[in-house]
Amino acid sequence: MNMGSVNMESLSPIILSLVTFIPAVGGLLILLIPRRDRDIKLFAFAISMLAFVASLHLPVHLHRESGLFKFEIDKVWIATPNIHYHMGIDGISVWLVVLTTFLTPLCVLISWTSIHERVKEFFILLLILETALIGVFTSLDLFLFYFFWEATLIPMALLIGMYGHGRRVYAAVKYFLFTIIGSMFMLAAILWLYAKTGSFDFVVIQNAIRSGGVPGFETASLWLFLGFFIAFAVKVPLFPLHTWLPDAHVEAPTAGSVLLAGVLLKMGTYGLLRFDVGLFPEQAHRNAPWIMVLALIGIIYGALVSLVQPNMKKLIAYSSVSHLGFVVLGIFSFTTAGLNGAVFVMLAHGVATGGLFMLCGILYERRHTYEISEFGGLATPMPKYATFFLVTVLASVGLPLLNGFIGEFLVLSGAFQARPIYGILAATGVIWSAGYLLWMYQRVFFGQVKNEVNNTLPDINLREKAALWPIAVAALVMGVAPLVWLNAIDPVVQRYALAPFTQLASKVVGQ
Amino acid sequence: MMTAFLHSLPTLLAQAAISIPKTADYMRILPELVLSIFGMLIMVVDPLLDEESSHQSLGTIALIGTLAALASTFCMARYPGTAFYNMVRVEGFSVFFHFLVIAIAGVAVLSSFEYLKVQHIRAGEYYGLILFCTVGMCLMSSAIELVLIFIALEISSISTYVLAGFRRRDASSSEASLKYFLLGSFATAFFLYGVALMFGATGSTNIDAISQVLRSGNVPVLAYVATALMFVGLGFKVSSAPFHIWAPDVYEGAPAPVVGLMSTGPKAAAFAVLLRVMFEANAPGRFWLIWVSAALSMTLGNLGALVQDNVKRLLAYSSIAHAGYLLAAFAAQPELGASAAMFYTAAYAAMNVGAFAVVSHFANAGEKYVTLEDYAGLGRRSPVLAATFTFFLMSLIGIPITGGFFAKFYVLTAALNSNLVGLAIILVLNSAVGAYYYLRIIVMMYMREPRGEVPVTPVPTATGLAIAVCVLLTLYLGVLPGRVLDYAAHSAHQLVSDRSTPTAAAGFSTIVR
Repeated sequence: MNMGSVNMESLSPIILSLVTFIPAVGGLLILLIPRRDRDIKLFAFAISMLAFVASLHLPVHLHRESGLFKFEIDKVWIATPNIHYHMGIDGISVWLVVLTTFLTPLCVLISWTSIHERVKEFFILLLILETALIGVFTSLDLFLFYFFWEATLIPMALLIGMYGHGRRVYAAVKYFLFTIIGSMFMLAAILWLYAKTGSFDFVVIQNAIRSGGVPGFETASLWLFLGFFIAFAVKVPLFPLHTWLPDAHVEAPTAGSVLLAGVLLKMGTYGLLRFDVGLFPEQAHRNAPWIMVLALIGIIYGALVSLVQPNMKKLIAYSSVSHLGFVVLGIFSFTTAGLNGAVFVMLAHGVATGGLFMLCGILYERRHTYEISEFGGLATPMPKYATFFLVTVLASVGLPLLNGFIGEFLVLSGAFQARPIYGILAATGVIWSAGYLLWMYQRVFFGQVKNEVNNTLPDINLREKAALWPIAVAALVMGVAPLVWLNAIDPVVQRYALAPFTQLASKVVGQ
Repeated sequence: MMTAFLHSLPTLLAQAAISIPKTADYMRILPELVLSIFGMLIMVVDPLLDEESSHQSLGTIALIGTLAALASTFCMARYPGTAFYNMVRVEGFSVFFHFLVIAIAGVAVLSSFEYLKVQHIRAGEYYGLILFCTVGMCLMSSAIELVLIFIALEISSISTYVLAGFRRRDASSSEASLKYFLLGSFATAFFLYGVALMFGATGSTNIDAISQVLRSGNVPVLAYVATALMFVGLGFKVSSAPFHIWAPDVYEGAPAPVVGLMSTGPKAAAFAVLLRVMFEANAPGRFWLIWVSAALSMTLGNLGALVQDNVKRLLAYSSIAHAGYLLAAFAAQPELGASAAMFYTAAYAAMNVGAFAVVSHFANAGEKYVTLEDYAGLGRRSPVLAATFTFFLMSLIGIPITGGFFAKFYVLTAALNSNLVGLAIILVLNSAVGAYYYLRIIVMMYMREPRGEVPVTPVPTATGLAIAVCVLLTLYLGVLPGRVLDYAAHSAHQLVSDRSTPTAAAGFSTIVR
């Protein structure tokens, strides 16, 4: 026992680098494997599981670490300009890292048979993407952050463009251009901060801004805030920058959709919380009203569009626009409940929507269509599948005791505190979401089997069960024991997002 | 002017008679000597070999020549100082560009092995000219005497004029050569005229002497005109707008490995001259000249590239755009700008030579396959080649872990540090436009079905080596740019610091925060 704890402590400075780079190194090792698809898949699965197991170290030992950021590592990467390899996580990012490592093995499983050609390239891209995603959540140096942020771009675009369906090229190019144009503005803002503070370090810049040591910050802060905001808003995606999302989701291969909805969108909300709110609390507060309005439009608009979608995958894609609206609403409500809820929705949505996309993919493998009208009465030939689908739908709808409920509830209460009308409008989003998801479920699974082909569909096999069980269990556990997560999230939310704001508020009230 | 020169002539001659150049002087031009010797060796050996075997052996000689020149650059670097009556100076700056252009030439030679064989081009003069061109480029980076710079410029230009026309069976190649020659001569005439006016304005053609006059405070009006004229000449060489019209046609017609060479080597050398003229000599009135040209190049280059269907033309427009990004660094504060520009030339060379190595391999006999359509499904037919090409294109877009990213990053940093917010915004917007057309190639390679009739040939060792070198260098500059940047910053500091103060290297660590 004692031996173990010693090992654990010696692990702490390198564990983040390990978790981050295990997938990419594994991905490069795949290059060496001869083109036998089975070996490649097994290896990719082993690597992603290894990363998952390693990442479990982080939440388990989080409380032992001290300081603002845990498991910190800070080494000079490039001396001039002053770029550091600075990584560290807190109660928010730790769960996003785990979410990434949790979903990737499932993505490998779900792609087992649906990817037949260029298998090697697929898994290499998937694993490199995983590293980039984890890197985004662990970087504390703005440059390093931007580095990983951009590094997610090409693997994802290639996954969509090479392995997607129908209009995949259009979707991939659209995704790529939206994101890169957005992030250019962020780069400009980062460089401005560097030019004035001489550092890319998040903590250093944050302290410099708080102590007023940045010349010209008063006039520039709005533009800096917006520079970051555009990059993140595209990723979230916030209405009206969401148009790339339905295309990308519908055309992406299943694993791509899972990571896109599960993790990539969270890069945007995480960025909003960590960098936009973290660095520019005053501007964030000042601009909160219109951002909240955009979030509300997203919630309601996304839900309404979902309601009329004939395509199952597109329906879930638009439901993501709606759910991510909750996250943004929660963040910019600047209440403890809202912020806690926002982070929780991020995680819950990652699990539930990731699960829904996996389920869609399973059906697509059997029927090669996502059209709801093609199905009906599927519960008869595929009872187990229907059960898993129901659990995931209910989690996404926000049924109490499943994970969707806690987050949305907290966000709604936060929004009520901020401004009652926001809460009321957002609450309609919950109702809509119950409507479109359950209606979809009814049309697909209940009633008589209308389409003859569907009678012979095989139910899920062992591999698919192995991919779906973790989702169902996670949805349940997160719903029953949300405090495991909230206990880690809450102190960070209090310290980072609210503290500067309450200072500001007391200043305003004091005057 | 002329009379003044004639009056000083006897004393110059007298000096020359008294002080015969020392050995150290020859060491300071060692790479140039080595390259010239190997170039002549190729010309001599060529007639003795039959055409079949000459490809391999002459190419090998040229390669050894460039390697020897690289090695001799190390020797040269140990003899800092001026040589040949203050005409050549060896310092960090010139060593940097020596390395760069010789390396470019080496990779160009490597990627020519296969190309010459496939296209049935005689190897003799081809390799000879590449080496002579390199001599000119090397000399451009170390010359501190405007007349010598002009001669070096001509040496490199004339070689490239000829090289551009080497696909003799193809009319477009001859057209490229002729166009390049006519417009090029026109442009060098502008440069020469600028040199003459500069001599008139300052009474000297030596950069140091000019610098002293121009820094002294009262700048003659003539110097402004001279700066503008010299900029026209050099702007042509680096293909910056509005002197870029020649580039697409020439790049389309010239042999692909030659385009790889001339879109990077002479460009790097011309940028070196531009750095000397603009920063070391402190040319007056340069700011708006460069600002406008940079903004124009970026915009016209990127917009032009959007509609191209020929990959070589597309890369030509892209190189115009990149010249614009590079020029943006010239508008920044001298030290920051010079180091950013130096890093950019290196990164751009690595990725662009690599990209053209791929293009020239893929073009096949008669350069038949150079349209975007021909790249359809390359990711399926030859995955490794497609992956490396994607890597170069990512670097050209400026995506992390590639040299192109840091290059653009340093230029942006330099611009923002110099409060050039407008230019920085233009640069950022242009990068976004640029991403689109590079992406078109990637999309073609990976997301379209291959067309049956385009053949796939295995990559021969030499081409593979050339591409591998470029990939490694691009990756190195993208992951560990520190050393190269430090070196660039150090030599940039030497370059712009006033020669009269001896503490050249002192404040170097404070250059870039």
